[in-house]
Formats: sequence, C-alpha cells, structure tokens
Amino acid sequence: MSGTVGTTRTGTTTTTAAGVAAAPAHRAPLSRTYRFELVKLLAQWRVRLLVLACWTAPALFVAGVSRQSTLPSDTLFGRWMHATGWAGPLVVLGFAGTWALPLLTSVVAGDVFASEDRLGTWRHLLVAVRSPRRIFVAKALAGLTVIMLLVAGLACSGTAGGLLAVGDHPLVGLDGHLLAPGTAAGRVLLAWSCVLAPTLALAGIGLLGSVALGRSPMGLLLPALVALGTQVAQMLPLPVAVRLALPGYAFTAWNGLFTSPAQTGPLLIGVVVGLAWGLLATALAYLLFLRRDFTGPADDGSGRRALTAGLLPLTALLAATTLILTQAAGAPATGSGIERNKVQRSLATAFAHLYRMQTSQLHRPAVTEAQLRATAACDKSDGRADPEGAGNDWRCVVTWYLPGVTAPGRAVYQLDITADGRYVADGDGPKEVNGYFLVRTPAGDAPNPLWQFDGNVELLATTSKG
Amino acid sequence: MDTHLAVRARGVTKSFGDVIALDGVDLDVAHGQIHGLVGPNGAGKTTALGLLLGLAVADSGTLEILNTPVGRGLAAPGGVGGFVDGPGLYPALTARQNLAAVAALSGRRSRTAAVDEALAEVGLTDVADDRVRGFSLGMRQRLGLAAALVTEPRLLLLDEPSNGLDPAGKKHVHGVLTRLAADGVAVVLSSHRMDDLEALCSEVTILATGRVVFSGPLGKLAAENRALDYRLRTPDPAAARRIASSTAGIHVVDDTGTPRTDAGVLVVRALVPALDELVAGLVNAGVAVRELAPVVSPLEAAFLALTEQQEAAR
Repeated sequence: MSGTVGTTRTGTTTTTAAGVAAAPAHRAPLSRTYRFELVKLLAQWRVRLLVLACWTAPALFVAGVSRQSTLPSDTLFGRWMHATGWAGPLVVLGFAGTWALPLLTSVVAGDVFASEDRLGTWRHLLVAVRSPRRIFVAKALAGLTVIMLLVAGLACSGTAGGLLAVGDHPLVGLDGHLLAPGTAAGRVLLAWSCVLAPTLALAGIGLLGSVALGRSPMGLLLPALVALGTQVAQMLPLPVAVRLALPGYAFTAWNGLFTSPAQTGPLLIGVVVGLAWGLLATALAYLLFLRRDFTGPADDGSGRRALTAGLLPLTALLAATTLILTQAAGAPATGSGIERNKVQRSLATAFAHLYRMQTSQLHRPAVTEAQLRATAACDKSDGRADPEGAGNDWRCVVTWYLPGVTAPGRAVYQLDITADGRYVADGDGPKEVNGYFLVRTPAGDAPNPLWQFDGNVELLATTSKG
Repeated sequence: MDTHLAVRARGVTKSFGDVIALDGVDLDVAHGQIHGLVGPNGAGKTTALGLLLGLAVADSGTLEILNTPVGRGLAAPGGVGGFVDGPGLYPALTARQNLAAVAALSGRRSRTAAVDEALAEVGLTDVADDRVRGFSLGMRQRLGLAAALVTEPRLLLLDEPSNGLDPAGKKHVHGVLTRLAADGVAVVLSSHRMDDLEALCSEVTILATGRVVFSGPLGKLAAENRALDYRLRTPDPAAARRIASSTAGIHVVDDTGTPRTDAGVLVVRALVPALDELVAGLVNAGVAVRELAPVVSPLEAAFLALTEQQEAAR
C-alpha cells in the first residue's frame, strides 16, 4: 500500500510526533475503575430510589405495623412486634429473603454488565480501561457495594423503626426462651450477616446472567427466577440433603439462631453453600466475559452459551453439594428430616418456655422448665399417616407437671409444619391454657403466649436438645 | 520499523465465524496525517478501527501502532484514543462527569483542567453540567470527541464523527481535527460522508468486502479514476450542448437526472483535460459558465466505481 508520507492536506511535512516511541498501554487502576462503576450505578435513578426505599421503608413499615392492633402473625416473629423492637428487623429479614433481596440483586447485579450492552458503551469502556479483567472486577465490586448498601439499609432501617416504635425489650425466641436485648441485638446482626451468603449467590447468578444474556431481559430476571425456583423447591417434600444444597437455604436457616442452643449446623451449611454458589457463578461470569469478542456485532450474549457455561456447572455444584452433604454431614439422602421425635422435643421445649412466660404474666408462683418436665406426644392424620414430613395434620398433646401437683396438665395443639421445618402450633384446649388469644393480667389484657406460637424443627440428624 | 508511521498493518485478517471481516489488509497512517477509511456497510471499517483501538486481536498479519507491535492480548498501546460505533457516553452522567471519568481512567493528573479544556475545544462548556440524556446527536458526537481529546491521543480513531452535526458543528469538529493533525496527531476517520473526507483527509483507504481496493492520496485516486459526470450550468444550454458535442473527449449525458424545470443544466462526462477544452470553447463562443461541478464528488465516484467492481468480481 502506498501513501506513507507524513504530510497534512496542506502539504506541510510534519515530524512532531514521528519517531516518538509509544508509551506502554496505560491500564486504569482498579480503584479508579471501581469508583467509576460506582458513580455510574449510583447515577441511575432506579438505584437511587432503591437506596432511599431500603433505608426508609422498613422503618416506616415496622413502626407502622407495631402500632397496629393486628400483627402479621403469619410472618416469623410478627406476633412479637408489640413486645420488642427486635422483632421488626426479623420480620423485615423474612420478607427480604423471600422478595426484596432477590429483586434487589436482580436490579443491581443482573444489570451491571447488560447496561453497557444497552447503552452501547462496551467499546468506549474497554478503550478507557484497557483491561477486561479490571472491568469485570470493578463492576462486580461496585455491584456488591451497592447490594451491601441496600442490605445494610434494610437491616438498619428495620431495627431503627422497631426500637423507636416499641423499644429495646427481650425477644421471644423460636423455642419460646427469652433473649435479653443485648443477645437479641447480636443474633439479629448475625442473622442479617448470614443472609449475605445467599444474597451473594444471587448476585453471582445475576452477574452470570448479565454477562451471558447481554441485553436480554432474561439476564435481569435470572436472580429473581432462581430465587423463586428455590423457594418453590423449599416448599416441596425434597430430601434434606437437596434442600440444604440449594443456594437460598440460609434465607430460612437463620431461624436456627433463635433457639437455645442455636441450630448452627444447617445455618453454616447454608452459608457455605451460598458462598460456593456465589463464587462459582462469579467465576463463570468472569470466564465468559474474558472470552467475549467486543467487535463481533452479534456478540452480546446468547441463551445457548448461558445454558452450557452457566446452568450446567451450577447444576453440577448442586449435585456435588448434595452428595457431600449426604456423605459427610449426615444429611439424609431421602426423607424430609421432619420426624416425630424432633417435633415432640421441639414442641415440648417451646411450650415449657412459654408456659413459664404465661405464669410470669399472670403473677402465679414461678416455675422452671425443669420443674414442668414438659413432654409432647404427636401423631399425624390421627395416626393414619406416618408421623413424618410436613403437613397441617399434626396433632400433639403436651403434658406437664406443676410443683406439688401430682396430676399432670395437658394441652392439645394442631401443628402446621412446612417443609423447611418451621411450624405454627395452634392451641386446641383446654381453654384456660391456650383457648384465648388474650390473658387477663394485673396490668390489663395481654397476648396469651400459649394460644398460638411459632417453632422450628431442625432438619439435620444433629438436632440440638433445645 | 518506520518511525514516521503511527499505524503499520500488513496482511491483517480477522474473521467472525464464517464471516471474513478483514482479508489481508495493509494500512499505513503517518503521524500528522488525517486518513479516511471508506467503504460500504460491512466492508470491515469498524473491525479495522476495533483492531486499532485494541478491542480485538487480528487472526493473522502484523500490526504496529505508535511503533509498538500489537500482541495477542487485547488493549492497544497508550496514546490511542477515539470511538467506534458511536461515542459511548453514559446518559445518567453529566458531560463533565463523563469526561472526568475518562480522564481519571486514562491516568491524567490535572483532570479538571483537561476536562475544561476538552469541553471548550468542542464548544460544550455551557452544557458541561447537564446530563447527557438530554443531548442531541450532534452534541453527543462532540462530547465523544472531547472524551477522546481528554486522553491526549497520538493516534485518534473516529467512527463517523460528523454524524448528526449541523454545519457549524461540523466546521468546529473539522477545525479541531485539523489542529490535531498539525500538532502531529495521526487521525483515522471512518465515514460515509465523502464531503467530510475530501475536506479533511490527505489520504484514504477504500475497503470493500474486507479488502483494500485503494489506498493513497486523494489526488492519486482522482488520477486513477475514470471520467466523471459534471454539471454545467449556462444561460444558453443549447449552445453549450452544441459546443460540448463537438469537443473531443466530452460526452453529453442526456439523462441529467435533474428536474425538467432546471433547463439551464447540462451534464457532461469527461476527464479533466477535456473539461478544460470545453470551458475554453464556451468562453470563446461567448457562452457564460455559471457552474461547472462534479455531479458526485471524485471520491464518491471512485468509491462507487471501486466498490462496484469489487462486488462484481465476487
């Protein structure tokens, strides 16, 4: 090819830059790239709106509901929102695990790469940063920062709303025992910290969807769809090992922090599984991103690539985790983990703690759980079904003893146990124990703790005695 | 290694699956030169710019940018700036924020000054703190150029920089590019606007179906080209037609392609020497010449001829 003379159109020979050695490629420092990504995210009106909502809406919700006469008793800890401000952030946590966190990760992580496809800015960004690796790391860190900001907002706002509206009082745990305000605060903080693991799993899936599916809306929806899928799976009678191997298990396993002793086994497994999903999904997104050809006009992600590069390795992780849990952690490969002995032990423990609370409310002579010697006898479908698994047909008779009284007391409860081990025990008499919603105390009417209460059956074989 | 060259490509090939985007392309761009990259859609212009910007790696061939061989990894050497497929701006950020980010990422120290300077250079100081979301296409193009200027490039690569620019904006951008070239910056422009390329470029490379069909100075292109159609406007078209028909090397084109109401226009096909004779003949016969101009520009004519030849040869 000809025409290599260094002249301008006017014919002037230019030697100004000729012969100057090229500088090595200047790669933007990670800190600057990260800051730029953060600025871009926070400049989006929907992200700003989310930040505002996460830092204010839970406080308003908790404060508002705590002052209502009707409480959300179908939500875990909802029935205690009148009693302590520490119930508020746990109600918010339950809602966040089901809805808010999957949607937040969708909007942030699911869009962090796709937005560049939508705006047509990939080439501009690559020219400016000159390192796809740094772009990926900066984007992932910026997305993570915003997600953490949103999670922190939900936790802080819910806590502030509860404490301001109701106050810093002891919290009734899932087995009926009282947690002092300081302990409750620690457990609430720990519970919110634990759900970061499944949140990171969803964020990783969001990154993978965003990279693999480009500007397709499926990439944005992927974390929400995966969360919905795992929630549906948690409602099914799956074997315990499969249930624990799902990335969202820690969204419910934090319940175990509010028993005594804490059911830490399933929670730890849930956290580790969540982190493993997050790491694998992020690593897959990274590899997929580095392989992308940014000059290829049609190369903005494809469903087939997402299927092969994303779905298959994650399915393999699910299978491997299930196998490991079966072999190493003693999780049963079959069966729901909800067995009669566990149900009876859990119900008797919770009843004893709450009976003691009711005794205190009514200013009766104090008793201890040991003195009560509470036991429970449960069957399912009036004995026509195996006493195992989830269902609302569990019926239990609790028996207890009072000091100096030879005849035992008995109370009947109908249990609705869900597949994740959580149950609601509904009092079915006698009416002087659990028949009324309110009890008359010297200070006025108060909710009857034995009328209806929440409990938790640990699914693993390593069940605590709590 | 030729140190006068900002870009030196030899036998560069790039494919996307079965599609060959560039097929043995040679390209030389000197420092201080404004070089036009021309070709029909799908000719490989964007791919070529992508390779120069470090967005892709060639399958084969050698490429030296600013005297540095380009390796197998992505990312061009420092000193390369520009945009391809639009200026790539973030609508939620202001013009200043967009440029500040580019300045920070490119490692500029005096970022504020550089940003202000670039905004002033492209005439966007007044809207520096407005969000890009509300910018017109022309303003975005100018801001994209400013973003490239912020990095102080020694090789500037621009894809359709005149898109959406009004005449004043175009003149402004042309002024900026000419000044950059005078300062020794090599500029490579890809455009469909032949008037822009003719106004700015000292050399052009014409691509068709991934191959170079011409590369060199514009003058050489005109010399190599066949006869062009010229529009001749006179107050006496009948006399002009008669003189043109009798002038050697002049062919009167009957189908003018112009509206019938424009009766004073005659289209003739000729090489430049024959055209000189025609003008002399008209003047001698007392026929005034109000206008004599190519119907399409020499570059456009050459572009059409060369690319049509290439298409026909496939």
